[in-house]
Amino acid sequence: MRYSLTHLKELEAESIFVLREVYAQFEKPAILFSGGKDSIIMTHLAKKAFWPARIPFPLVHIDTGHNFPETIEFRDRLVEKLGVQLIVGSVQKSIDEGKVREESGKNASRNALQTTTLLDTIEDHQFDACMGGARRDEEKARAKERFFSHRDDFGQWDPKNQRPELWNLFNGKKNMGEHFRIFPISNWTEMDVWQYILMENIEIPSLYIAHEREVIWRNNSWLPVSNYIKLEESDKPEVRKIRFRTLGDITITGGVESDADTLTKIVEEVAAARHTERGNRADDKRSETSMEDRKKQGYF
Amino acid sequence: MAEHNDYLDMQLLRFTTAGSVDDGKSTLIGRLLYDSKSIFEDQLDAVESSSAKRGLEHVDLSLVTDGLKDEREQGITIDVAYRYFATPERKFIIADTPGHIQYTRNMVTGASTANLALILVDVRNGVIEQTCRHSFIASLLQIPHLIVCINKMDLADYSEEAYQKVVRQYKDFASKLDVRDIRFIPISALHGDNVVNRSKNMDWYQGETLLHTLETIHIGSDHNHIDCRLPVQTVIRPHNNKYHDYRGYAGRIAGGVFKPGDDVVVLPSGFSSRIKEIHCFEESYEEAFSPMSVSVTLEDDIDISRGDMLVRPNNQPKMLQDIDVMLCWFNNNGPMPRSKYTIRHTSNEARCMVTEILYKVNINTLHRMEDDKNIGMNDIARVRLRTTKPLMVDDYSDNRITGSIILIDEATNETVAAGMIKL
Repeated sequence: MRYSLTHLKELEAESIFVLREVYAQFEKPAILFSGGKDSIIMTHLAKKAFWPARIPFPLVHIDTGHNFPETIEFRDRLVEKLGVQLIVGSVQKSIDEGKVREESGKNASRNALQTTTLLDTIEDHQFDACMGGARRDEEKARAKERFFSHRDDFGQWDPKNQRPELWNLFNGKKNMGEHFRIFPISNWTEMDVWQYILMENIEIPSLYIAHEREVIWRNNSWLPVSNYIKLEESDKPEVRKIRFRTLGDITITGGVESDADTLTKIVEEVAAARHTERGNRADDKRSETSMEDRKKQGYF
Repeated sequence: MAEHNDYLDMQLLRFTTAGSVDDGKSTLIGRLLYDSKSIFEDQLDAVESSSAKRGLEHVDLSLVTDGLKDEREQGITIDVAYRYFATPERKFIIADTPGHIQYTRNMVTGASTANLALILVDVRNGVIEQTCRHSFIASLLQIPHLIVCINKMDLADYSEEAYQKVVRQYKDFASKLDVRDIRFIPISALHGDNVVNRSKNMDWYQGETLLHTLETIHIGSDHNHIDCRLPVQTVIRPHNNKYHDYRGYAGRIAGGVFKPGDDVVVLPSGFSSRIKEIHCFEESYEEAFSPMSVSVTLEDDIDISRGDMLVRPNNQPKMLQDIDVMLCWFNNNGPMPRSKYTIRHTSNEARCMVTEILYKVNINTLHRMEDDKNIGMNDIARVRLRTTKPLMVDDYSDNRITGSIILIDEATNETVAAGMIKL
């Protein structure tokens, strides 16, 4: 095994390389930070890539207002610890300004509205590269994504006209008004992420760890009861021990029943899982190509 | 069940496959994912309902690898898709590429980072044009290992004779290839013979299954650990009190083994110094090698910036302005005489033009075409480039990182070509 890296070390080295390329090739890059484990990993990797200097990018959070309170507490603590700038793009503000209209009805969510707020935030701050924690194993449209993904003037993704990406030569050249989405952890899987969190002992929001919570059974998963969802008569709130495999808005993120209350147990549970992690995300279930459609418009 | 910390011993293997729907490539990938339990129930449900929607009687595992809307509608692979699975031994990244000649550029892209190529041959058809094309691309991109899966053995009564005939045919043709390690496995992707589980229908085959081969094939020497090369990506300067004078030269090691105390030369300036420390975050290394991402500090304060390269004094790359490359062209517009491109090599960038087209290569036969010098989309040609400044280059066969370049169109910013340097 001399002069050979483990798979996690090799993935880490690749991601650090990409983060440094972004710093070198762009003028105003930013990290898109959702408070989920993937953006936490990316931020951790950025810390490693530029040590002993600070992370040279601001964290950008597109805030739908429909957050888990734990996510926001975690975000604010992390920002303070790292000494980085936090920029919040508010979906509520986009709604108030009349740029987007809120969905109504039982399964209403602000997921799709984020795209407008995201693109506005990118334009307001003139970011030329936005790093996201998306992974290719998550979803079929993401499997075709580049590390350096070009976006036109309208922030749109053209999957049929992507730049070829060979070896580790990344082409971040663009015209005025265009920008790039960069995915430094493209090659990681859900399992890699958890193993890495365990190996590096990375702090994550408590939501990922099994806990008791008031939930309702909707769309085949346990949806947390909050002020942001409309309870119907048929909904029967009950307390269950659950954990979340992904974190999105509180209105669309379903939990799974679990006893995994340590990182080690989570890794074991992920290894035995028979469903994909996004299987509990209502935003992906709207149609067979909902991710591809949203991505073309400029979604994460 | 495996110990939870086994993952600290796992290695990463990247392999590429090429093919069209008919030769069973998607079925094989689906089979690998399915039999290694890497397909989740909700994915399988989706595949089952798509199969039913198309009026198929069986669950079509090839639908697992479906990607974009257009690809699903047309039933073809267009772009490179990356797939992931893991066993307790290794994590695998599959670059799944189309096989048709009009997508040569996608195959080249998938091959550029692969340790291994899977070549699929239909036992009934033997070696065909597409087999040759995929093998040549693997050879051209210097993929160290090649596994030839002779597929659809179920349709040839699992006959050893039929298998041996194709093996002989392939070996005849493979003498033209530059690949060190070629292996053959008779399989049936549809029924799973010799993919993950050993076939009960082919007692005459004594070799390993495909998955076992993927898990055990030696990839430790796929990286260059001899010629020390560190292309500098960026310089880390913290400007804080604790690390006031810290200057870290950050980059991913492209070759060799670096140690603190080593004498180094900085190219192109030629200044020399000695390595003080090698870091990644708070960890400090006694040895660092490819493909590690590190930050190096030197004993002397010298001017170093992105695009420079740290090497050992007695083992230096060539500094060239006239560079011969095997070029794969990716764009509808071929190179015009004297038109300029941005050339990217490691972290370095310059401008260049194509000064001479020596010959084109017929990708199906590897035949040189010296009278046809018109380069178009998907063509592979040996050309000479003239750059505005010297680049620090190695032959591609010695180092895939310091031996590769891309060309970028200055008007459209598109990546129009990729090249492998020939010294």
